[in-house]
Amino acid sequence: MRLEGRGLIDRTREVAFTFDGRRYSGHPGDTLASALLANDVRLVARSFKYHRPRGVFGAGSEEPNALVTVGRGAAQTPNTRATVQELFEGLEVVSQNRWPTLERDVMSVNDLAGPFLSAGFYYKTFMWPQAFWEKLYEPIIRRAAGLGALSGEPDTAHYDKAFAHCDLLVVGSGPAGLMAALVAARAGADVILAEEDSRLGGRLLAEDERIGAKSGVGWVEDVRGELGNFPNVRIMTRTTVTGAYDQGTYGALERVALHLADPGDAPLETFWRIVAKRCVLAAGALERPIAFADNDRPGIMSAAAVRAYLHRWGVAPGKLVTVFGNNDDAHRTARDLAAAGVKIAGLIDSRRDVSVADGDFPVFSGGEVTGTAGRRGLREIKIRHSGGERSIWTDCLAVSGGWNPTVHLTCHMNGRPVWDDGLAAFIPAEGAVPGMTPVGAARGVFSTAGCLEDGARAGQAAAEALGLAVSAVDIPGGDDTPFAFEPKWRVPGRRRAWLDFQNDVTVKDVELAAKENFRSVEHMKRYTTQGMAPDQGKNSNIGALAVLADATGRAIPETGTTTYRPPFVPVSLSAMGAGARGKGFAPERFTTSHSATVARGAPMIEAGLWYRPSYFPAIEGEFWREACDREVAMVRNHVGICDVSTLGKVDIQGPDAGAFLDFVYTNMFSTLKVGRVRYGLMLREDGHVMDDGTTARLGDAHFVMTTTTAAAGQVMQHLEFVHQCLRPDLRVRIMSVTEQWAQFAVAGPKARDLLNDVLDTPIDGESWPFMACGAVTVAGVPGRLFRISFSGEHAYEVAVPARYGDTLFRHLLSLAESMGGGPYGMEALNVLRIEKGFITHSEIHGRVTAFDIGMERMISAKKDCIGKSAAARPGLVDPDRERLVGLKPVGSVRQITAGAHLFNKDDPATRAHDQGYITSVGWSPTLESYLGLGFLRRGPERVGEVVRMVDHLRDVETLCEVCDPVFFDPEGGRVRG
Amino acid sequence: MRLDCPHCGKRDRREFTYRGDALALLRPDPGAEAAAWDDYLHNRDNPAGLTRELWYHDPCGTWAVVERDTLTHHVAGSQAAAEADR
Amino acid sequence: MRYSGLRVLAEGLRGNKGWGPAWRDPEPKASYDIVIIGGGGHGLSTAYYLAKQHGLTNIAVLEKGYLGGGNVGRNTTIVRANYGLPGNSEFYSHSLKLWEGLEQDLNYNVMHSQRGIINLFHSDGARDAAARRGNAMINQGDDAILLDRNGVRDLLPYLDFDNIRFPIYGGLYHPRGGTARHDAVAWGYARGADSRGVDLIQNCEVTGIDIENGQVTGVQTSRGPIRAKKVAMVVAGRSGQVAALAGMRLPIESHVLQAFVTEGLKPVLDNVITFGAGHFYISQSDKGGLVFGGDLDLYASYAARGNLPTAEHVVEAAITLMPMVGKARMLRSWGGIMDMSPDGSPIIDKTHIDGLYLNCGWCYGGFKAVPGSGFAYAHLIAQDRPHESAARYRLDRFRTGAGLMDEEATGSQHNLH
Repeated sequence: MRLEGRGLIDRTREVAFTFDGRRYSGHPGDTLASALLANDVRLVARSFKYHRPRGVFGAGSEEPNALVTVGRGAAQTPNTRATVQELFEGLEVVSQNRWPTLERDVMSVNDLAGPFLSAGFYYKTFMWPQAFWEKLYEPIIRRAAGLGALSGEPDTAHYDKAFAHCDLLVVGSGPAGLMAALVAARAGADVILAEEDSRLGGRLLAEDERIGAKSGVGWVEDVRGELGNFPNVRIMTRTTVTGAYDQGTYGALERVALHLADPGDAPLETFWRIVAKRCVLAAGALERPIAFADNDRPGIMSAAAVRAYLHRWGVAPGKLVTVFGNNDDAHRTARDLAAAGVKIAGLIDSRRDVSVADGDFPVFSGGEVTGTAGRRGLREIKIRHSGGERSIWTDCLAVSGGWNPTVHLTCHMNGRPVWDDGLAAFIPAEGAVPGMTPVGAARGVFSTAGCLEDGARAGQAAAEALGLAVSAVDIPGGDDTPFAFEPKWRVPGRRRAWLDFQNDVTVKDVELAAKENFRSVEHMKRYTTQGMAPDQGKNSNIGALAVLADATGRAIPETGTTTYRPPFVPVSLSAMGAGARGKGFAPERFTTSHSATVARGAPMIEAGLWYRPSYFPAIEGEFWREACDREVAMVRNHVGICDVSTLGKVDIQGPDAGAFLDFVYTNMFSTLKVGRVRYGLMLREDGHVMDDGTTARLGDAHFVMTTTTAAAGQVMQHLEFVHQCLRPDLRVRIMSVTEQWAQFAVAGPKARDLLNDVLDTPIDGESWPFMACGAVTVAGVPGRLFRISFSGEHAYEVAVPARYGDTLFRHLLSLAESMGGGPYGMEALNVLRIEKGFITHSEIHGRVTAFDIGMERMISAKKDCIGKSAAARPGLVDPDRERLVGLKPVGSVRQITAGAHLFNKDDPATRAHDQGYITSVGWSPTLESYLGLGFLRRGPERVGEVVRMVDHLRDVETLCEVCDPVFFDPEGGRVRG
Repeated sequence: MRLDCPHCGKRDRREFTYRGDALALLRPDPGAEAAAWDDYLHNRDNPAGLTRELWYHDPCGTWAVVERDTLTHHVAGSQAAAEADR
Repeated sequence: MRYSGLRVLAEGLRGNKGWGPAWRDPEPKASYDIVIIGGGGHGLSTAYYLAKQHGLTNIAVLEKGYLGGGNVGRNTTIVRANYGLPGNSEFYSHSLKLWEGLEQDLNYNVMHSQRGIINLFHSDGARDAAARRGNAMINQGDDAILLDRNGVRDLLPYLDFDNIRFPIYGGLYHPRGGTARHDAVAWGYARGADSRGVDLIQNCEVTGIDIENGQVTGVQTSRGPIRAKKVAMVVAGRSGQVAALAGMRLPIESHVLQAFVTEGLKPVLDNVITFGAGHFYISQSDKGGLVFGGDLDLYASYAARGNLPTAEHVVEAAITLMPMVGKARMLRSWGGIMDMSPDGSPIIDKTHIDGLYLNCGWCYGGFKAVPGSGFAYAHLIAQDRPHESAARYRLDRFRTGAGLMDEEATGSQHNLH
């Protein structure tokens, strides 16, 4: 019910929204919860387990009951707190976890079965028969569980992530946070003030208080005005700090546009990473409920929330309100409501002998609520008072069990809060998060005056810690009434009394857990699911702890506390993963030939972060195998062009460059002549092969190393490690130049002819023998030429600065095509190298040694190198190891498959008989056979033997002949031709 | 988490690659016994507390020896690996 | 006390007054035949199988905190037998067989749910590697199906097949893989061991290991000295500290692995899915939360908490792979301490000290191993020879290089597995 003349809402405008299809109206400034209450909608949700009717309980992000689904289609957002969702025109809201309707929910039958659904009941049943778990029990449980539903459609909305840096991060903008921000800002500190709510003020918005000569709200507006004028202050409303991490890093979620009917270009949410030198935690406190019989009905609310609805939104959550509490805030609630003209049916204070100064309503001192009635909304409460019981008609019961400081962020780095007996609450441990100072209610200072002072002091301390001078601080006056309170956790009784509203955990459940010896607080939590619901126990953990302490005969601090972990409020995956949708997950790297390649219709495939062509269709729709066969033949008979720029290129210079390479490669490089290239094998220090490639000596003190595409980053890091960590004495500098050079393979019998049309100075076999390298000019552009081959053909790689790559690629292609050649892609490249037995990371996959690939003799005996010692371990040179071989199908099935395993001809295909496996397979148009590379026990000793290949997965089985891995031109005549 | 690059100063953890215990600086002699290599490659003190470890700052290519606490993640100091004590 | 549906009904009618403790809280005795250090999943299952398979019950399990408080209570609950290398193949195959029937064996519903695991791959090379692994699974007698892109689409239509950075080429489907209720596994084994007479002693930290003439004689604890003929270490991330009490330095580095859960949602994800192009795995718990994880934070840590870069990267993988989960909200993140070994595979072995046994190196795959590890470790402790399913989990393999099981093929750097 809306009250006249109250609240911070704009009554001149109406905002229409729907809930479960029914139309309602509220005002700008309303949350969904305040608007629903204003429209007298009390039943808004169903609980998780028993499907109990639930209404709005609180007024903040910790709301345990009023979770709803907002939006439709791809915008459908489940589990939205009605207390946080701001109203906008056309907002569509539906209730969740009910069928068919909120009023008539079939699953509420669970409530009747409550006695059989006690804590952990499912661990004790559903075990028979065994096969029924997946088929019957689990599907039923899964369907009954869960809260809201995802739409199943991709979230196509816009989200963002950002970094921010500041001197001081102030979390919360109540009196303490505002004072801290103000004092630090005046001293010149860069301040970020993060406020979860849509406007500054914190608790001041929810109370009727005065600060200095102003109303609380008026003072907030003044401070906001002053802060807004500082260039060194950034005010971030709708921003919840979600986590505290190492070295002053904080996560924060900003609800940028969730309150707008049309977000326009704005992201819905932004996930912030805020790096702050200091932090003031002014997150306030959360009111706690009291457990009594049937304390979960719609209409039973936090007293602090009732005051918030009254003062901030001008809403009375009931027509006839009762208040139950153990502290003076209960009195304040009754007083404020009465002053606003709301009828108070009674104030029940569990403390004895308390009096209320002013108030025209019955006060039941030393009383307690023992029961409630009203199926879909509170109708009546039962109280015990002066030894007697009585009933009171009421539609709203405001409950105040005292306050819990919001210590959550102080626990994120494993800080354990400490118990304060006076407050009967946990307060932050000293120094729990380095650089963070909790202030005000967050550390148990509950009076407004205390908060103002505490905040000012922390702001000053933060500024001074940053080396800033602070001028005199004037602290305005505020309410300094001490907080009067006597702990009251629960009202004893036989009926169920709720602790965790959301997960339906009752006092009995906690007591049962204790009885079954789940006495550790962690056991109790996990056994009962207490505190594991969307509010993460913000409303219930301390109460449950008190019940557990009672049940186990221990004090609360002795019983412990569970750990609060990030995030403080749930964070949408779209926000935290912003930017990753589709291609955004990882950077994309394009070669200089990319556009020319795509223009030819080549399907591009991912090679690490790069894109490379699979094949170049000669005509549209050419099948990949046809194209591959054609390209292989083209290279073998004419000439082919392939962009090899993605291979890592590392420039290595310095007087000790040769010695350095001797140390990182197994073989010698210091002896390599200038103008020559050598194949090198690189090991990890554990003796297994890391990478291979060629390294060219361009000058006495200048080498260029190539790595595989896949290992370029790893090798670069490794080279720097070897230099800086192991051999800082070597005078050498290492630089990745992968992106600086575009490099193309020109391969085939006509390669030299083609190049002589490109190079400014022609080459011949004498000046450029196999494995020669050197500087060339291409149309006046200085480039490099390497006579190396990954195809087994007469071949070169020509490199030019990357800006000329596109032009050169197109030019090479047109020349090649005029000679019967053309471009070739990864498929053909793979077949060409398999025909020659050249290895890639399919073979050097991380578990193989030089010995395994037949290169043990490449480990020079004359010098030490990385990996040499470990490679000599007996297990790594065991002749029984699986070693590289070639394989050709010789059975009736003329196909082999990569990933198949090898067995002796007559052995069964089981693990005990496993002899090896196949790593690479290609159809060789040259040899008209499938060819494979693989690893076979004692492989090289078994050339000529026939083994059995079994691929269970693809249902292929055949016999293979074990061959030398070099299938084509084993003498290597072509490459030298 | 933020770490100190001896070359660039405080940087976000995203810019670094972790390698492990700084004993990696103490490569055994080529002729050392199998046990020495086993200790170098595999066995670790693995302290719950202060440790010296190697991090690579990818943007500038510096290997750093970082002193860090494995219980609190407090970073106590950092120096270039090339100049670190061995 | 035997659990059953009837019992639940009967107790419900009697106000649930008849339930007794799931286990006792005994005072430690002065001496035991066997002391197991570590009351996590592996320690509790070891105790259970020592009692059940070998008839040994004069056993204490010493737990520093509360039972099941380590990684068994903080993982993403995945159970599978889809390894590719000998050693791991037979071990996890055996462990999965123990899972199948564990509820009936323990008389405790651990909610083992064989809902199937799909490991996605994103290149031809990765397909070949998956095929090699899948064939190894079938060679071992386990189940594997190689799905092509359409096969994956039929099972998981909500993945992004059209615009994803690393396209889905297919998946290796392991129908017998699935999940289980992690805490219940610890509790089920604890209850089973306790009922067979094993003493489970919580809040009892081991502060020393007594060794005389190369023979273990007992332990020092925060609750006094306890003599023992045999002492079995099984403390996961804390292996380094406990082994140091016996003067040992292990091939273990402890790292933090984060895990995440969303708010409860109606069923939307029926299997376990892993993304091959970025460490990421996800399933939906019976309560409705999406449970997911990814890479280690990749630095040594005992803090059992992580940082944002890894958390964000994991969520980014979720968003690129299945953008329909975008509106789900992360409710909680947490961390566990992983005992990373140099080849990513575990160690179950004797030590050079008589009567002292070692079980560690589970990296982040220890949960599914709980039955198999306990079974094999119990066998080793009881009979002083390895069980055939774990014969390759030797400590000396790193020194000799023989029998390394580097599934990730990343070499001897602990955090890369």
